[in-house]
Amino acid sequence: MQILQQLINGLSLGSIYALLALGYTMVYGIIKLINFAHGDVYMLGAFWGYYMINTFHVGFWTALILSMIFCAIIGVIVEFLAYRPLRDSPRIVVLITAIGVSFLLENGMSYLFSSSPRDFPQAMVMHRYHLGSLSISNVQVLILVTSIVLMILLQLIIKRTRMGKAMRAVSVDPEAAQLIGINVDHTISFTFALGSALAGAAGVMIGLYYNSIDPLMGMTPGIKAFVAAVLGGIGLIPGAALGGFVIGLVETAVQAMGFSAFRDAAVYGILIVILIIRPAGILGKTTREKV
Amino acid sequence: MKKNLKYNAIWLAIAVLGWVLINVFEGVGIIDQFAENTLVLIGINIILATGLNLIIGFSGQFSLGHAGFMALGAYAAALVTQAIPTEGGFVLGTVIGMLLAGVVALIIGIPTLRLKGDYLAIATMGAAEIIRIILVNLKITNGPAGLYGLPQLANWSLVYILVVVTTIFTVNFIHSRNGRAILSVREDEIAAESMGINTTKFKVAAFVFGGMTAAIGGALHANYIQTIAPNDFGIMESINILIIVVMGGIGSMTGTFAAAALLGILDMVLQGFGALRMVLYSLALILIMIFRPKGLLGTWEFSVKRLFNRTKKKAKEGA
Repeated sequence: MQILQQLINGLSLGSIYALLALGYTMVYGIIKLINFAHGDVYMLGAFWGYYMINTFHVGFWTALILSMIFCAIIGVIVEFLAYRPLRDSPRIVVLITAIGVSFLLENGMSYLFSSSPRDFPQAMVMHRYHLGSLSISNVQVLILVTSIVLMILLQLIIKRTRMGKAMRAVSVDPEAAQLIGINVDHTISFTFALGSALAGAAGVMIGLYYNSIDPLMGMTPGIKAFVAAVLGGIGLIPGAALGGFVIGLVETAVQAMGFSAFRDAAVYGILIVILIIRPAGILGKTTREKV
Repeated sequence: MKKNLKYNAIWLAIAVLGWVLINVFEGVGIIDQFAENTLVLIGINIILATGLNLIIGFSGQFSLGHAGFMALGAYAAALVTQAIPTEGGFVLGTVIGMLLAGVVALIIGIPTLRLKGDYLAIATMGAAEIIRIILVNLKITNGPAGLYGLPQLANWSLVYILVVVTTIFTVNFIHSRNGRAILSVREDEIAAESMGINTTKFKVAAFVFGGMTAAIGGALHANYIQTIAPNDFGIMESINILIIVVMGGIGSMTGTFAAAALLGILDMVLQGFGALRMVLYSLALILIMIFRPKGLLGTWEFSVKRLFNRTKKKAKEGA
């Protein structure tokens, strides 16, 4: 029973990592950039939700959708201003720019809204359901279900729409995609919008779950989500989802065993072991380089 | 050897001149306590960044775990100097830190350096985080609070000398036969391997060398700041060192010096802005990267030899 309980906790935490990891993996798949600012877009989403609920008294679902739209716009703006001028530069340079954007968002928000944590409004009354010794809150169910619905939607967009097809084409070969008339810049903007919208949704949901937000909240989940994306095989959408759930479960399991101080060490340890066994992640295919 | 004697003598003269100049400035009062502090931090950053530049810029391996090795050097030096608060203790602590960092780099490097690009980056980042978490949970390191009240054994003179020494060692290593092997791994691993170069060996060698120099930087940090905590050596510190390397120009030692100095001075100037400091710092970082994507100096390297030859050529043409 205890195991089942931890499984539920792990899955709801893991689905947040998975949502964030999807954003990392899509951006990586299309422009090979580790978008360090992604965790901070998630923070902005949480803050936007906070202001929408507190100032305009919108419901939870409205706040969620407004946050997703807001983050999508932020993602496109960041890409346009900071990453697009560096399209032909070495990747490590774009990476440093992404770190700069991340610093800017964190410190800008700390400067404007103070760095102290604030309570996230309870837009939804927390219920706990008891099934025997199991205890599940409605927020946990909501996080899990919303995440899975969003992931299915994402998969549909990528597999069934013209834009999704363009995204896949650009990630395979940007030049060839351009030759057959795909607007590469628009496609990249669209990818950022999609990834950032998912991060916004994750931000609002984590606000509701942990009940506290601050300008630096995106740092650690951002890095963990990136680890999740690498673990599953970066650039692969099912891999990101799998990696997120694995990391959520490992963290909860280590904590439940009473080693909470070593929680992060266990995550990184598993990452290193998996990378040594499968250098391209769990679902990644190792491509042999031909000479 | 004799051929290069002239250039080596000039380099030595430049190094001594720098030391004398700083001494004179300090005596006259142009460099106050505050500026000296900045100078020392720039020096420590140069030591850290040259090591990382060797790994990233010259061997082409993307490491995001430099702060982990720095932490090993810092803690080794701190623990030894707590027991033996003399210069000898500092030397002993630094040497122990370097050996420890070297061994750990070997253990981390052998399995992970098979990985490529971003996978390697994330694996080294994970390894450094594991080092940090172990430091948080050990008794001897005093957990998350860290060690404080350490003897101040490092001053700017010592930092200056160690900057010169590590730079000479690193540059000579790059220009040696082994160093050229490392460069060939960066240019094309498969071609290097087909020429009979043991690529794994040289990648690990660069990684171990870089890790050991990071330990020196860490030891100086511990005995200058006098307080260390595991959180000083987190991902952010690794990223700060990476920023210096990329901003200076990947694969340019001169660039590393320039970027460390520029960022140090920027940091000092921005102290007056209070809370706005980090906002301006991050804006400066983004703008520098957008307008100078190759780094401040690209792959350009300052060379006395070239300068000398050029002036000689000009003199000939003039005659």
